[in-house]
Amino acid sequence: MTLTAETSRPSVTAAAGRVRRRRLLPRVAPYLQAAPLTVMLLLFLLVPILTIVVVSFWDYDSVRFYPDFVLTNYTELLTSPVTWKTYLNTLKYAALTWAITLGIGFTVAYFLAFHVRSTTWQMVLFLVCTIPFWTSNIIRMISWIPFLGRNGLLNSGLISAGIIDQPLEFLLFSDFSVVLAFVHLYALFMVVPIFNSMMRIDRALIEAARDGGASAAQTLWNVILPLTKPGIAIGSIFVVTLVMGDFITVRLMSGGQSASIGLMIANEISLLQYPAAAANAVVLLAVVLIMVVAMLRIVDIRKEL
Amino acid sequence: MTDTRTPSTSATLSTGVSRRTLLKGTAAVAGAAVGSGAITGFPTIWAQNIKNVTLRQFGTGVSNLNAVADKVKEDLGFTLQMTALDSDAVTQRAVTQPKSYDIADIEYWIGKKVFPAGVMQPMDVKKIKNFDKIVPIFITGKLTPESAIAQGTAPHTVGFVEGKDSTKFAKAPTEWMTLIPTIYNADTLGIRPDLVGRPISSWKDLLDPAFKGKASLLNIPSIGIMDAAMVCEAMGEVKYGDKGNMTKEEIDKTLKIMTDAKKAGQFRAFWKTFDESVNLMSSGEVIIQSMWSPAVAAVRSKGIQCVYQPLKEGYRAWGGGLGIAKHLSGLELDAAYEYINWYLSGWVGAYLNRQGYYSAVLDTAKQHMSPEEWAFWMEGQPAKADILSPEGKVMEKAGAVRDGGSFQDRMGRVACWNAVMDEDRYMVRKWNEFIAA
Repeated sequence: MTLTAETSRPSVTAAAGRVRRRRLLPRVAPYLQAAPLTVMLLLFLLVPILTIVVVSFWDYDSVRFYPDFVLTNYTELLTSPVTWKTYLNTLKYAALTWAITLGIGFTVAYFLAFHVRSTTWQMVLFLVCTIPFWTSNIIRMISWIPFLGRNGLLNSGLISAGIIDQPLEFLLFSDFSVVLAFVHLYALFMVVPIFNSMMRIDRALIEAARDGGASAAQTLWNVILPLTKPGIAIGSIFVVTLVMGDFITVRLMSGGQSASIGLMIANEISLLQYPAAAANAVVLLAVVLIMVVAMLRIVDIRKEL
Repeated sequence: MTDTRTPSTSATLSTGVSRRTLLKGTAAVAGAAVGSGAITGFPTIWAQNIKNVTLRQFGTGVSNLNAVADKVKEDLGFTLQMTALDSDAVTQRAVTQPKSYDIADIEYWIGKKVFPAGVMQPMDVKKIKNFDKIVPIFITGKLTPESAIAQGTAPHTVGFVEGKDSTKFAKAPTEWMTLIPTIYNADTLGIRPDLVGRPISSWKDLLDPAFKGKASLLNIPSIGIMDAAMVCEAMGEVKYGDKGNMTKEEIDKTLKIMTDAKKAGQFRAFWKTFDESVNLMSSGEVIIQSMWSPAVAAVRSKGIQCVYQPLKEGYRAWGGGLGIAKHLSGLELDAAYEYINWYLSGWVGAYLNRQGYYSAVLDTAKQHMSPEEWAFWMEGQPAKADILSPEGKVMEKAGAVRDGGSFQDRMGRVACWNAVMDEDRYMVRKWNEFIAA
């Protein structure tokens, strides 16, 4: 936005000085500059979403769907205890993943930003963090399965070390493995924005805090944490929206035994129940938007950036 | 076979041959074929441009084999493009993108959903050469005149429509066939005999508390519900009118039992794809589960014991067939018929039989199999020599016997076919509740 303003302003004065007929162009120019993005958003975001909203009111049978205006998709969805249970389950995954990635993300970012002194090392270590993300996330997820299995590496290691005599069953195909995979997949989305926020903190502020007699913990709580809030908020938005919309992690890591909203939608799509899936998607979108708005209420990203 | 194939290949390849010589060639070949009693001369269409034809076939992975496409190119001269998808995706695409395929390779229960949508055209049985030799299961529903008709979406109930433009399934065989059967099998539970520790004889063993945390069920609702029903019926907990078309009450009762078992921790996982079932079994996460025959073979090929256990209540069967998309016409339609006739002419049949499936026309397949292979796969006799897969890998050592025995023993004991129910929508909702429970 600032960019367009800067570039259009000199052209305004230049054009005004010259021909009157060309006075229209400067006024239109910003719109033209914004047009490609607007068209993209209209075509690839707004139109599909509107289509989904429209389809969510259609009727269907096992083969086809019929343009109509019925509320059954929504009433069936919202009155079913499964929906509520599934939402609760998905929210549980989101909350656990959020809390753990926040802990890990903050610690890693703090270490990188304040303990590693040289910029070169900061960059090197930061790149090391991203290396696992060069592989496909499906591969990263699936590789947990042979590791955590009943006869997997971890269980056989623990048994041969004499720590346990029975394999630990909860390791795989459980909520534990689902959250573990989520944390593994999405921790970086928390590290990056928090690290970014921390790097922008004026080091003089920390010195001032120390000079003022604040302990390390007090500095962390009263200086660093408030100043990294925008990073935390951005990371949280990433993690929460990704977990809320996921279906493949839950399916693979729970062994198909747990449900998430994404999985519910995927099931409905695979059974040709597009209108029901659309209604579900609309509700999910609303829920996620409310969550994002709530997060933005707590932290005003724009003000603190 | 070689007699008839040599001229046909050269004819399709040499563009310089005049139509007259071609026709003479055809007549000679046809004459020879009829004379020798082996009508296997392909191609029977002699148009020059047939090799420009490309037929797009899509379907489930089981019969979308590249070997078939290669052989089609060799024998018939035209190109067959194959796309393999899972059964849900197949149903979806068949209905919503009817222009994206020419030939659909779908299961009968999928056909029951797809055909009424009017996206396919029935086939004229007069143009199907081996129609009379198709296994009667697909025509009358009975393997032998005495056998009982199994429950579920039995193929013959959706195998015919009332007329050329009809989408209504006919009650008795007509001249218009919806799908030409290609491949079918009888499914049961797969077990790890080294880990179950006792003989398994009934579907109800899936819920035996002894296997707590070591059982699995497939999570494709329309098939999973059948396995669940076989289990509940074997337990004596639920009586069904028709397992393939349950009432709401029957669905509720069945899934109540399964949900209770799930909550008690009976299941280790639910699987949706072939490789998942193989991995669950070979890693020992699961020792008893619903399984597909090639998955059992895949586990065994890793050197791990696995048995496709015949059970006293019988099998759950499935069958697939080739259907033609509505938009197909002219030369492409001729090519499609040509392909379907070729499909039933034996080579593919033998290929499928060697994988442990069954082919629709047994007589022609037999001609393409060695007597030892036929005896092992179809007659349930101990293998006289090592049994090789179509790719030439050893599948079974000499002396092995096929799980479940002969064709008659297996297909004659089908309790139920894969199905779509009238209460489909309700069932799916309940199934989702079961998965989420």
